[in-house]
Amino acid sequence: MEGLKVFFELDEGLVRAVDGVSFSVDQGGVVALVGESGCGKTVTVRAMLHLLDPPGRIVEGRVLFRGDGVGGVEDLAGLDPDGPRMRKVRGGEISLIFQEPMASFSPVHTVGSQIGEAIRLHRDMTQREARAETVRLLSAVGVPQPGQRIDEYPYQFSGGMLQRAMIAMALSCRPRILIADEPTTALDVTTQAQILALLRRLQKETGMAVIFITHNLGVVAEMADAVVVMYLGAVVEKGPVKAVYHEPRHPYTQALLKSIPPIRGGGRQRLATIAGSIPHPLMRPSGCPFHPRCPRFMPGTCDAHEPATASIASDHEVSCFLYGDEHRT
Amino acid sequence: MLAYIFRRTLLACGTVLAISIVAFMIIQLPPGDYLTAYIATLQAQGDVISLEQIAALRAQYGLDRPIHVQYGMWMWNMLHWDFGVSLAYNRPVSELIGERLLLTVVVTLAAVIFTWLLAIPIGVYSAVRQHSIGDYIFTFIGFIGIAVPGFLLALVLMYGAYAWFGLSVDGLFSDEFIEAEWSMARVRDLLSHLWVPAIVLGAAGTAQLIRILRANLLDELRKPYVVAARARGLSLWRAVLKYPLRVALNPLVSTIGYILPALVSGSVIVSVVLNLPTVGPLLWRALLSQDMYLAGTIVLLLSALTVIGTLISDILLVLLDPRIRLEDRQ
Amino acid sequence: MSAEAKGTGEAAREERVLVASQWRLIWWRFRRHRLAVVAGIVVLLLLLTAVFSDFLATGDPRASRAVRRHLPPQSISWFDGGRWSPHVYGIRSRIDTETLQRVYDADPAEKIPVRFFAKGEPYRLLGLIPAGRRLLGIEDHPTRTHIYLLGTDKLGRDLWSRLMYGTRISMSIGMVGVMVSLFLGVAFGGISGYYGGAVDTVIQRVIEFLRGIPTIPLWMGLAAALPRDWSIIRIYFAVTIIISLIAWTSMARVVRGKFLSLREEDFVAAARLSGCSEMRIIFRHMAPAMTSHIIAATTLAIPGMIVSETALSFLGLGLRPPAISWGVLLQEAQNVQAIAMYPWLMTPALAVILAVLAFNFFGDGLRDAADPYGK
Repeated sequence: MEGLKVFFELDEGLVRAVDGVSFSVDQGGVVALVGESGCGKTVTVRAMLHLLDPPGRIVEGRVLFRGDGVGGVEDLAGLDPDGPRMRKVRGGEISLIFQEPMASFSPVHTVGSQIGEAIRLHRDMTQREARAETVRLLSAVGVPQPGQRIDEYPYQFSGGMLQRAMIAMALSCRPRILIADEPTTALDVTTQAQILALLRRLQKETGMAVIFITHNLGVVAEMADAVVVMYLGAVVEKGPVKAVYHEPRHPYTQALLKSIPPIRGGGRQRLATIAGSIPHPLMRPSGCPFHPRCPRFMPGTCDAHEPATASIASDHEVSCFLYGDEHRT
Repeated sequence: MLAYIFRRTLLACGTVLAISIVAFMIIQLPPGDYLTAYIATLQAQGDVISLEQIAALRAQYGLDRPIHVQYGMWMWNMLHWDFGVSLAYNRPVSELIGERLLLTVVVTLAAVIFTWLLAIPIGVYSAVRQHSIGDYIFTFIGFIGIAVPGFLLALVLMYGAYAWFGLSVDGLFSDEFIEAEWSMARVRDLLSHLWVPAIVLGAAGTAQLIRILRANLLDELRKPYVVAARARGLSLWRAVLKYPLRVALNPLVSTIGYILPALVSGSVIVSVVLNLPTVGPLLWRALLSQDMYLAGTIVLLLSALTVIGTLISDILLVLLDPRIRLEDRQ
Repeated sequence: MSAEAKGTGEAAREERVLVASQWRLIWWRFRRHRLAVVAGIVVLLLLLTAVFSDFLATGDPRASRAVRRHLPPQSISWFDGGRWSPHVYGIRSRIDTETLQRVYDADPAEKIPVRFFAKGEPYRLLGLIPAGRRLLGIEDHPTRTHIYLLGTDKLGRDLWSRLMYGTRISMSIGMVGVMVSLFLGVAFGGISGYYGGAVDTVIQRVIEFLRGIPTIPLWMGLAAALPRDWSIIRIYFAVTIIISLIAWTSMARVVRGKFLSLREEDFVAAARLSGCSEMRIIFRHMAPAMTSHIIAATTLAIPGMIVSETALSFLGLGLRPPAISWGVLLQEAQNVQAIAMYPWLMTPALAVILAVLAFNFFGDGLRDAADPYGK
């Protein structure tokens, strides 16, 4: 993704939901997209698949995707949002799973029919073959009695079971990239662990790339190779998980990591928080979006321009004036 | 599910029974009874009737018995297809109502079909292309449809057709078919006249349905499963038509349940204005002349029709929504 | 920090919003829907017409003059050769050679001046206050005494005046009917929603039953049963009650629904936990959340009442002459031939449509403004 900008033109003003986001995912890699609610994570991945709700629009940027085989690289952002190529990419080459499994299935159709539909859209199969494949997929993700479950309705599934079904549906067409938008936020901790384990296993088996959206830093540590930290639509820091976690550079990343309550460590301590609160999307701070809450705020610099990306190491980048003087124009 | 259907049917029967009591009370409301009006008519014609004859007639019609016995007799007769005699027409009620009831059903059904055929495409379009010009136009027309009462719409349409096109749009048949036997030709003639009452009756319902469908669909379109369907690779229109529309349609089926009473009662007035050979004008004339047995029977039959329609709509709803079906089983 | 630098403008505005009462907030929200505001003005005008119909009429609505039957509407010319001089033309009648009907033409030679606040036959405003002047009229003319803004009906009665008086009756029936429905609806809906359980079930069944009866036949039946010799006043109230008999069910459902949903709200639980008595909770906490909705629902119910009365009277089953309402006026427009020849007889229909549209838009605007979760 190169310099993606997604803006929403509302009556009240312009909301810059995604303001110049760049990151990349390698084949077989797992990248986590982290940030507080409202920082633009979901909009970013929806934009990748041209699934934005109006009045959202991709204003600038490219989404370069290397599809199957030797096809070369294509820019998804430039494709016709509802055209045949984009529809083939959705579900067939890039799959998306959602936060609330119960809301992501149609309540009046069986789970099996919805998974079967996904299969038949991208793979050349008859209805019977698709059904058999659905059963196989369901058992692969750990749904017991798949032959019976296939004809049941979503509300007859538990949350965790339905999330597994959604994963089955997403994997049914062997996508190159799986985007998981907070897949475990709506689940209890035990189920969360199971789903994460499932995802890890499947990722290893299929070798697909995963973009994992979450606001839970612990999940990031468990799942991802690389992490991209976002704030108010901009990338503030990105790099390998180990590097970013052990040596966070951006004040925001540092504050995030500090705010995780330690499981060991003495008695009663005040929980560390980040001062202030997230500004209203219509009242974006000038310059660096984090400056009103930043403990290392430099007046005259941070509120005047937006910082350009500075390289700490070969794959570790930060957007902060503490590490570079250049600013974005 | 069968238990649900059974219970609903039982409830429907109970409702019809309750309505019959109300209808009977209406019959009894005007001062005097069947006989006083009949006698008055006779006397107006110059016939003389003796007190013994009056007493005999009273006994024959059971009018000297207590109210609940009269009610029982009325119901009993009805179950034997004896609906009493109309005073004004001096013919059995069943003869008078006969074909008119059939035509009432036909007109109402035509209105329902017209309503749905028009409302669903417009509603879907309005929801998917929200805030477009088409949406605003349809919303405006829809509002007019709701706001203008049916019989006034009929009046204006009649005037317009007559004054500007020289058409006479009242009635359901051309002259030569009015008293004819049923044949394909008669059916075709009926269909060609049916569109005016269907539009007039259906206008309010269509407008209402469009509003409801648009609102429901707008709610559903925002839900994650629509995005999920598109994320699978479905095009926008296929995704909308296959998923949220199905969910949004469910409450619509239940709207038949309360649109039907409005349609049936609306058809009464519209029939009067358009002079249709349905039950409406008959009821109207019966009421004006206080021909209460005829009137009460018509009220009862119309209500029964409505209850049956509501029952059908409830059963349809259950068949369509798996959530209700299975909840019941559990 | 930077928040202070924003200045007094925004902070002051926020302050005003925070201390504005619920009604002010509703008013501000309502003002934004221009269509609803326009509709509100129309409603106000209709109400004023109803109150001042005596003044707005141009004559006695019951005075029939056979020689003036089926006159077409007379338009007022406002200028005479550039000067401000409102006048109408005289009326000539002749027999049309083709249809053999009597037709009326304007006689441009005869200019009859028309005055505002003209003195005419004495009348009583609202039946109480004696007055002599009306909005428009002809003063001191040897041959003509009346203008016929909307023509006349088959008995030669001035349609404009009849329309003015009809507005009073039709609007008031709508208002009174709605009050009755409101009372019944709030009472039953409140009981149903508050107590729940068996009481609720019984009331709900009754409501479902009533809603399942086709209304027009029921009303027709009830109205036809009214004795012919009742006075106009009694019939008026009887018709009002008949109309409200079914209408209260919608109000009851709204009230009950609101009660049920409000009962579960956290703020009610909070009030209970802080020690409020049930009465206080109902009147001080729940009622304000409901009042605005109830007002909106009431306003939206008025057009239904007006149409019902119009329909019943139109069929001859509601109000009857000599009472005047829009429905009674429309009785003359029942057949195609009549309105083809005398289309002005349909103007009361326009009045009905205007009233229904205005109340609907106004009520919609009110409902949107009153919804605390709306935009």
